[in-house]
Amino acid sequence: MAFEYLDHISDVCIRASGETLSEAFCEAARAMFNLMVDIGQVAPREAVKVRVSARTPKLLLVEWLGQLLSNKDLTGLIFSRFSATIEKKGEQITLVGSARGEAFDPSHHEAKTEVKGVTYAGLRVWEEDGQFIAQCVLDV
Amino acid sequence: MAEELELERISEAEWLLPKHGEMRAPARVIADELTIAQLRQDTVEKREWNALRQLRDVACLPGIVGEALALPDVHPGYGFPIGGVAAFDAIDGVVVVGGVGFDINCGVRLLATPLDRAALASRADDVARDLFDTVPAGIGSEGNLRLPMSEIDELLEQGASYVIERGYGLTDDIEFIEENGRIEDADPSAVSTVAKQRQFRQVGTLGAGNHYLEVQEVAEILDREAAAAYGLTEGQIVISIHTGSRALGHQIGQDYLKVMEEASRKYHIPIRQQELVCAPITSPEGSRYLSAIACGANCAFANRQVIAHLVRSVLHRIFGMSPSSVRTVYDIGHNNAKFEEHTIDGEIRRLLVHRKGSTRAFGPHHAESPAIYRDVGHPTLVGGTMGTASYVMHGTDLGMTKAFGSGIHGAGRALSRKKAAKKYWGEDVKSDLLSRGIILRAHSTRGIAEEAPGAYKDVERVVNAAVRSGISRPVARLIPIIVIKG
Repeated sequence: MAFEYLDHISDVCIRASGETLSEAFCEAARAMFNLMVDIGQVAPREAVKVRVSARTPKLLLVEWLGQLLSNKDLTGLIFSRFSATIEKKGEQITLVGSARGEAFDPSHHEAKTEVKGVTYAGLRVWEEDGQFIAQCVLDV
Repeated sequence: MAEELELERISEAEWLLPKHGEMRAPARVIADELTIAQLRQDTVEKREWNALRQLRDVACLPGIVGEALALPDVHPGYGFPIGGVAAFDAIDGVVVVGGVGFDINCGVRLLATPLDRAALASRADDVARDLFDTVPAGIGSEGNLRLPMSEIDELLEQGASYVIERGYGLTDDIEFIEENGRIEDADPSAVSTVAKQRQFRQVGTLGAGNHYLEVQEVAEILDREAAAAYGLTEGQIVISIHTGSRALGHQIGQDYLKVMEEASRKYHIPIRQQELVCAPITSPEGSRYLSAIACGANCAFANRQVIAHLVRSVLHRIFGMSPSSVRTVYDIGHNNAKFEEHTIDGEIRRLLVHRKGSTRAFGPHHAESPAIYRDVGHPTLVGGTMGTASYVMHGTDLGMTKAFGSGIHGAGRALSRKKAAKKYWGEDVKSDLLSRGIILRAHSTRGIAEEAPGAYKDVERVVNAAVRSGISRPVARLIPIIVIKG
């Protein structure tokens, strides 16, 4: 499990990997929140549930990350720990998961940058050497 | 690949990518030699992020009119290049998410004060502190104006006038906002409840990233007639507010990305990259998205209006200045898609003009400009970055025919955020600015490094290219004195 930031001139391209698709997606979420704050400083005190569906794994990635961004503003929480179960049923792939974190506190969490949206740019989900890799560009 | 993106120089600051292959229109790049060299290098090195390829792909979209354009601040975006302009026929064309982005109607408001540098100097630290404390900025910041959900719909329909009626500003401000601060056909039912709920705490917040609030000095007047019309004089203190539609716009972008993805398949629109998902303008999906964009744009106008009011309250506290003495020079967006009339081959046509990282820049005698600016054209606002200058410019007749009346919006990034954060250290940037007389107050040290002046192209070079091409004229150069960042 790991994530990295690839060079992109105006925005940020995240690439996350894991032994399963779910792990890669959770790492992508960590990569996204680590742009906003140092996720090492965020305790997993509270949890929110997330359920998203899409036609393809890469569209599911955008839905998942987009839903987490919405939840950040709706709850006032920032997240650092994620779980996800991904299942394909017919034409749809569904992710059921959760995000854990705590209320953002500027005196405790050092603010980094704001993420505005999850784009279709550089959007890819693939399997390589037994690893699942998820990648996309975030508008910051 | 290299042959496909071969640019032909057609004038001092213009290059053409002739129509070929799947292109439905030619593409034109208005820029200087250095920018063109960078674009060519990106193509030769087969970089994944290539603004010229993005421009070519925009030129392949159905219903495009004239040329797909890139202006001098061009750099790779998602879907459209940043610094991109593309107009589509209102009947046969498409509306493209990548041509608007997530920060709908992000833009700049310029306020003119009666202060000069000497009058500001003795209280500059107080002004910086009070602005930093008064204007909510940074991650997790919350605005003071809390609207019930029922009233958010009114804000989305009415834009700046909604907040002015509630005491946030002056009625006179309205005339000096693009589209009078309200885009018609805004339909709040096209905006999701989640988008409205996310905005609940964010009305009147600056945000983070490249957004800023700057107190600036008019360092140089470059066009006396236009400066006189805009009420700008050398040595005058002005204030720039750079922000957008906040979480509401972000959520509209996210919601409609999915809608447009489905619409692209439903209507069998041939798109060369997935970021260009779009819908026919006249389709139910396209029409709803445009209604939502109008809501996002109105939200951005209202947001800058509330922040302008907060700035006035600070100047009143510190200098006893009346709100009416702090005049709105202009307020203009640089991420939008809106309907405009343009003359194409002698015929007036209704077009949907997408401007992604570019502003409207209507030339002289346009009915949409405020009456007192009409002889020269409305101002366009070109943002700098912390240590560098900003510019006030105006559009030209040539810009109307060549660029759908569009102008540049800023310097454009030269270094990625990652490279900038490696190269610069926030505290060093801050002390360097201070040694040059610039006070920086920021909520994020990492953000300072990412937005370091050295991470951007030279704004003077970008302005010069716009001037050399004839699409814009410079009016005034503004230099920063106080910078507030998220």
